[in-house]
Amino acid sequence: MSTAAAPSDAVGDLTVACEGLRKVFNGPDGKPFDAVHDLSFSLRAGTISALVGPDGAGKTTLMRMLTGLLKADGGTLKVLGIDVAAHPQAVQDRISYMPQRFGLYEDLSVQENLDLYADLHGVPQDVRAERFKRMLEMTDMARFTGRAAGNLSGGMKQKLGLACTLVRVPDLLLLDEPSVGVDPLSRRDLWEIIEQLIESDGLSVLVSTAYMDEAERCDEVLVMDHGRLLAQDTPTEITARARGLTYLASPAPGTPARDLQARLIDAPDRVIDAVPRGGAVRFIRQPDTPVERLGDLLQGRPVEERGEELEDAFMLLLRQHNAGGKPDAIHEAASQDALVSPAAPDQTEGENVIHVRDLVRRFGDFTAVANTSFDVRRGEIFGLLGPNGAGKTTTFRMLCGLLPATSGTLEVAGVNLRRARAEARRRIGYVAQKFSLYANISVRENLEFFGGAYGLRGPALKQRVQTIVEQFGLDPAATSGALPHGYRQRLAMAAGLVHEPEILFLDEPTSGIDPLARRAFWRTITSLSQSGVTVIVTTHFMEEAEYCDRIAIQDAGHMLALGTPQEVREQAGGDSVDDMNEAFIAIVEQGRAHDAEEKTAA
Amino acid sequence: MAPAPNRFPDRAVAWLAEVAFLFRKEVLALFKDPANRIILFAPAFIQTLLFGYGAILDLQHVPYALLDQSRGQAASELIARLDGTGVFSRQATLNNTNQIAPLIDRQKVLMAITIPADFDRRLASGEDAPVQVVFDGRNSTTAGSAAAYVASVVQAFNASRKGVQGVTVVRRAWFNPNLESRWQILPAMIATLSMLQTMLLAALSVAREREQGTFDQLLVTPMTPLQILVGKALPSIVVGLLQSTIVLLIVLLWFRVPMSGSPFLLYFGLLCFNIASVGIGMTLSAFALNMQQAMLFSFMLIMPLTLLSGMLTPIRNMPLVLQYVTYVNPLRFGVAIVRRVYLEGAGLGEIAPNFLPLLAVAAVTLPLSAWLFRHRLA
Repeated sequence: MSTAAAPSDAVGDLTVACEGLRKVFNGPDGKPFDAVHDLSFSLRAGTISALVGPDGAGKTTLMRMLTGLLKADGGTLKVLGIDVAAHPQAVQDRISYMPQRFGLYEDLSVQENLDLYADLHGVPQDVRAERFKRMLEMTDMARFTGRAAGNLSGGMKQKLGLACTLVRVPDLLLLDEPSVGVDPLSRRDLWEIIEQLIESDGLSVLVSTAYMDEAERCDEVLVMDHGRLLAQDTPTEITARARGLTYLASPAPGTPARDLQARLIDAPDRVIDAVPRGGAVRFIRQPDTPVERLGDLLQGRPVEERGEELEDAFMLLLRQHNAGGKPDAIHEAASQDALVSPAAPDQTEGENVIHVRDLVRRFGDFTAVANTSFDVRRGEIFGLLGPNGAGKTTTFRMLCGLLPATSGTLEVAGVNLRRARAEARRRIGYVAQKFSLYANISVRENLEFFGGAYGLRGPALKQRVQTIVEQFGLDPAATSGALPHGYRQRLAMAAGLVHEPEILFLDEPTSGIDPLARRAFWRTITSLSQSGVTVIVTTHFMEEAEYCDRIAIQDAGHMLALGTPQEVREQAGGDSVDDMNEAFIAIVEQGRAHDAEEKTAA
Repeated sequence: MAPAPNRFPDRAVAWLAEVAFLFRKEVLALFKDPANRIILFAPAFIQTLLFGYGAILDLQHVPYALLDQSRGQAASELIARLDGTGVFSRQATLNNTNQIAPLIDRQKVLMAITIPADFDRRLASGEDAPVQVVFDGRNSTTAGSAAAYVASVVQAFNASRKGVQGVTVVRRAWFNPNLESRWQILPAMIATLSMLQTMLLAALSVAREREQGTFDQLLVTPMTPLQILVGKALPSIVVGLLQSTIVLLIVLLWFRVPMSGSPFLLYFGLLCFNIASVGIGMTLSAFALNMQQAMLFSFMLIMPLTLLSGMLTPIRNMPLVLQYVTYVNPLRFGVAIVRRVYLEGAGLGEIAPNFLPLLAVAAVTLPLSAWLFRHRLA
């Protein structure tokens, strides 16, 4: 093996050591920029380190340089003591890397995928049986070895990807956002597997993640933004940076927490961050602004100090790094007030615009959605939550008229969109998963197309496109496919809103985007709701339920909970639960236990 | 919210305007990509030239070997006649029969002519004087044509020797006086080449959007399946007609195959033909769940469609069952219409029956694809 030949100087127990590491890419506008800028750090063996940062921070670029898949444009980089640029194969022989989209062969079975990766990594036959058994046990997939990988749920696919990555014991494990698009339950399972392996095999791990609760479980956290390293320390030390800046404010009774949150986040010179949580608003003040100076924003609502968390420190670091730079996403979004002319007349407030009774959808003998009933009132933000494969996308597609229901009643704005005349569809807007838009035409052309498809023409169309382009801060001449992710999301929203719909449907709008972009997105949704638009949104980020007026939680096709976030938290276990993630896990587990009971009773 | 128009003319205008937006979007998406612009037109150009020069069934420069054992004057005269046709080109002059087999085996020559030693004597005495011609039967079409040519040369030779005018056949081929196969193939390419790409283009149009997730976005707009169908089918049809025009211009101006019929009728025929092939493409597209499937389906179809079109091989030579199958093949009627209008100058009345199967195919596939838009679920 080439490992023996490679020079492996005795840096001892450093898995990664880099000095002035740099990588230049060409931006969508054709100008070169530093994806990774002058990065210097080292990682110790036997530890697990988290790499956190917003989209475009350079996390994936760094990972790919560590694996030798990407050549650095400057600086030195040693992995396991080997110079990666000189001996990439020697490094690759000793590390395991799980990219964001792991290359499972969807037509092959679970077992065949494992065999294939064992073959690719040259795992000896006698080791395999035991290793496979262990991986299948840990991932709880022994029952599914014969199933095609393509038929697994999103969470299971990730688990299988991890199992395939770990068919051998590497000296360094690199995981690139393993939990993106994975529901809380699968996420918890995934981390249990990783932690077990660290304990038993003494793995060294570098994992990039968008979840702060995951970063908190690591020995060390590296915060990156715009290609630079902002901090490297233990989670406790990093968290301490936000000490004394964190508060909790309660909204006026009867008003949604998101309105207070919107006021706070709209004052970036005084407030670093604000999010609704557990019916209240958690916020971080700017270090030079005493809390007394926030009176106009709080409008007399009670404020108390609260303990700082890693997420607070993360937001603080990002804000400080971005200060003085270009205006960031959130505060551009804040200028999107009155996105839609306040068309919704007051007298219709509270009227049901969506009416669902005993909705059922079966595919063959598989029931994707079972006996679901709910209503959505005008002007509400209604969230459909659930793990992957819970039936929320199926429900969503039936609401939009993209999928016929097997049975039950379903009305959106008084009609069933599937059978409705085309005219009824003018009243809804739709933003598809992954922000699908026509990639090779310009922003203006996309918007003009969707405006035209909704019956706008001539000067009215031009005017409307101009308005919406300004509201969303888009460059009309830019090619849609070359937009950065955050702007693609804005364009998708703009396309869904170009005809000023009464009801907006959003399918997993925040999937795969970072905390900053998510806050900007929800700020836009808050504005929309204030102007009277009804919003239906699916998400698997449970904390986003806090922005909703009411939520429905689905699992395995059944509706487990329906109500305001507060009601759902109470159902999950009373006041002790203020975290939607916990509430969600509790409710889904209650639901599954109930199911199992019924089965044994029958 | 845009007001929904109610009165008929306004509704019709709104309907057409929405289709126009989709049409514009499709055309933009198609032509904005420089690679697409080349892919759509360069192959038509290159393939026409390839077929014009490459797919020639006429005999030219047939290599042959000669074993002249008589060395008499009559033999020389016969040989001079053969060489004088311009069709045959002598590659070898042999001394004995053993030399024949290796030349044919190695495909150095297509045929070997042996003139026996007693050729002149037999002729002079008025006996039968056989000449032996060995052909390479591995290439039966060419060998057959060459044999016919040799026979006609020998016949002419006989006639001149006898000095009597026997019964002679005077050939006159209508519509293609010199029976050039280029005349037969090239006009057919006007239909065939455009079909290959229009079908693929149509096949990808819905499948691409399904794969990229934009199709849902399209389905939730107020556009009806019919509008989506028209907006998506039209660009493929237009591209098909443009490609046909490229081929037509090359055939007309470069290869100088004269056109006898009306260009209007030709284009009307091409339009109907394109609608039918786009209909097939759209159905494949609406049925396929992703681009890979759509591409696979179309490649699977294109070969039999071409083979059963009568472009290269006459349909009446096919087994009866296959002849019936060709009725659902738009290319068969597309080729027939183009050939008859182009070479024969046929009028609408004469070629009208060819339009019926085309319209039937379109009448089935287009509504089917529109239905599949909403009912084919991933």
